[in-house]
Amino acid sequence: MSVSAFKATVLCHNCGTPLDGTLTNGTPICNQCIEMTTDITKEIPREASLTFCRNCDRWLQPPSSWTAAQPESRELLALCLKRLKGLSKVRLVDASFIWTEPHSRRIRIKVTVQGEAVGQTIIQQSFEVEYIVIATQCPDCAKSFTANTWRASVQIRQKVPHKKTFLYLEQLILRHNAHLDTISIQESRDGLDFFYSQRNHALKMLDFLASVTPCRHKRSEELISMDTHTAKKQYKFSYSVEIAPICRDDLVVLPPSIAKSNANISPLVLCTKVTNTLHFVDPNTLQTAEIPGSVYWRKQFPSLADASRLQEFIVLDIEPLGPVKGKFALADATVARVGDMGRNDTTYNIRTHLGGVLHPGDSAYGYYMVTSNFNNAYWDELDKDNLPDVILVKKHYPGRRKKRNRHWKLKRMALEHNLEDDPKVTKTDLDKAEQDYEQFLQELEEDTELRGTVNLYKRTVPQMPALPKTGDEMEASEEEGEGVPEIGVDELLDDLEDMSLGQDE
Amino acid sequence: MATRAQFENSDEIGVFSKLTNSYCLVAVGGSENFYSSFEAELQDTIPIVYSTIGGTRLVGRLTAGNRRGLLVPSTTSDVELQHLRNSLPDEVKIQRVEERLSALGNVICTNDYAALVHPDIERETEELIADVLGVEVFRQTVAGNVLVGSYCALSNQGGIVHPQTSIEDQDELSSLLQVPLIAGSVNRGSPVVGAGCVVNDWMAVAGYATTSFELTVMSSIFKLNNDQQGEQWEQTKWSQLYQQMG
Repeated sequence: MSVSAFKATVLCHNCGTPLDGTLTNGTPICNQCIEMTTDITKEIPREASLTFCRNCDRWLQPPSSWTAAQPESRELLALCLKRLKGLSKVRLVDASFIWTEPHSRRIRIKVTVQGEAVGQTIIQQSFEVEYIVIATQCPDCAKSFTANTWRASVQIRQKVPHKKTFLYLEQLILRHNAHLDTISIQESRDGLDFFYSQRNHALKMLDFLASVTPCRHKRSEELISMDTHTAKKQYKFSYSVEIAPICRDDLVVLPPSIAKSNANISPLVLCTKVTNTLHFVDPNTLQTAEIPGSVYWRKQFPSLADASRLQEFIVLDIEPLGPVKGKFALADATVARVGDMGRNDTTYNIRTHLGGVLHPGDSAYGYYMVTSNFNNAYWDELDKDNLPDVILVKKHYPGRRKKRNRHWKLKRMALEHNLEDDPKVTKTDLDKAEQDYEQFLQELEEDTELRGTVNLYKRTVPQMPALPKTGDEMEASEEEGEGVPEIGVDELLDDLEDMSLGQDE
Repeated sequence: MATRAQFENSDEIGVFSKLTNSYCLVAVGGSENFYSSFEAELQDTIPIVYSTIGGTRLVGRLTAGNRRGLLVPSTTSDVELQHLRNSLPDEVKIQRVEERLSALGNVICTNDYAALVHPDIERETEELIADVLGVEVFRQTVAGNVLVGSYCALSNQGGIVHPQTSIEDQDELSSLLQVPLIAGSVNRGSPVVGAGCVVNDWMAVAGYATTSFELTVMSSIFKLNNDQQGEQWEQTKWSQLYQQMG
């Protein structure tokens, strides 16, 4: 040993190393001997256990919270160190994982601590701790595997033959994040069922529905259990929500009282928009009526004809009359049924509210009233003499290819939505659903106002290999260019999922 | 010869025994082994006396003495005093001391020529020490501790003091006592060297826990080494140590 700054006065009692006795704390012992003879990690257990949920890959953080942590992550290390009881008495310097085979269900960590040995001597020691990973099922998972854990359900129904209202409702729910508290969504006939763990969540959903659709609801409750000592009761609540069975483009005969109260509007009207109020227009006069949901449910009335009864017409001539109201413009039109083309020369002189969008030669959808037969009490009361032969509803774009690659897309809700999962669903049902969805997408393309209420996302269109076009396709693609409504890129949102995962579709 | 012993599972030998150059006191009730460890070395050279002081067995801590005399505290009963008078050689003077600090072994550290005493000891006691034990008396502390008897083990050859004693203090005490001193410990690092061992000019007994290094230090400072190996060790180790001390 070289001559150092301290003066040795005493020998270490354990190994005989010279020490400066005045610097010791009474017991003459060198630092090496202290490190060798004392164990500051004595009170720290060398084995512990971690509880792990196999289903959701989360770790139990006692007493009752479950946290997600990747293997060998900082979070997991923190969790491991928290399980060591005596660690608070020493200073943690370093901790790291020692690799273990995952199937061994063991986690080993190496911990380095500093602590005070006899007197003021600080020593540093390392040790290894082995954790046994105990696989269990966390209460959340246990609950999700148990049937009937919901406390409240909202059953939304609309008694119409198509699903377009629900497609739109789905987009509204996604846009407003109204589905966040939902524990399960199920599709059933004529509607959707939403399940909630708390009644408040269901009430929130009801409020949301009341603000976007003309609906009414009925509450029913089922007593599950009661504690006779405290008179505490457990209920399940079901809210049956019925949406008014009147959709966009439906032809409606208003009850006389309602027609009278809306500035004596002509009873035969078209529905143009459905929010929490129903919007109607009289195609003959452009007179509009807005009927709130509450008023509708006081005096319910069915729709006379829905979009499935629309027929295609060709506009032969059109002459604007002048009056304009919003996007509607009154015009006189001469139309012919597409089905009559080549058979007879029957034309119809009608008045329409689509004067702003229709031009001679255009194609349009409309209700053909001449041969229609309706079963409707209000229809029977109507004065049949002044009925129009044809009521045009919307412009038709025949050039539009059926299955185009759109450069935008919508988000869909949870997977339980998928019809394919249900064995009872036939191919017809699937085709119908697909057709409804396509129509819904077309409506979005045609109506800027409707578009404004939902979120549209950019979609990376997969590059198709350039095939030689057949004559038919050429024609279609040439025609497609003109007049077909498109959605501008500025209206689209970036899809974050796509960006992060870099997936196609 | 430095040996190890244990008194009823206690390593504090100096508490239960008193060893001088002319007699040895041993507490009553210790196992025969304890007594034997003294008897083996001392045999018939000096008397080994079973005794109690004031009914307690703490004979080593309550008494102070050397070759010439023995001081016992005021708590000592007449019977005990009589027993000691009968057992000890006639040359040894025995004196009862009326001292407030009655654990005389803790406050007095003496060999046959000089004594260190607690700074607060009474003047009469100081005079008694000088008269009975025939020593020069110095009021001193060891490494700041007033209980000089506890923190210092002394013979006519040398002495061990508290391990925290600085070199300057060691030099000062050494010049007062006229013997070499070394800082050290007994019983695996215990600083109470006075209570942890007993020593006279030819033997030393320390507790069982004492390490070989501590025992070697004792043998060398009290000059108890007879064997070659020990001397060799002593030379190398001390030359190392003195080098460090400068």
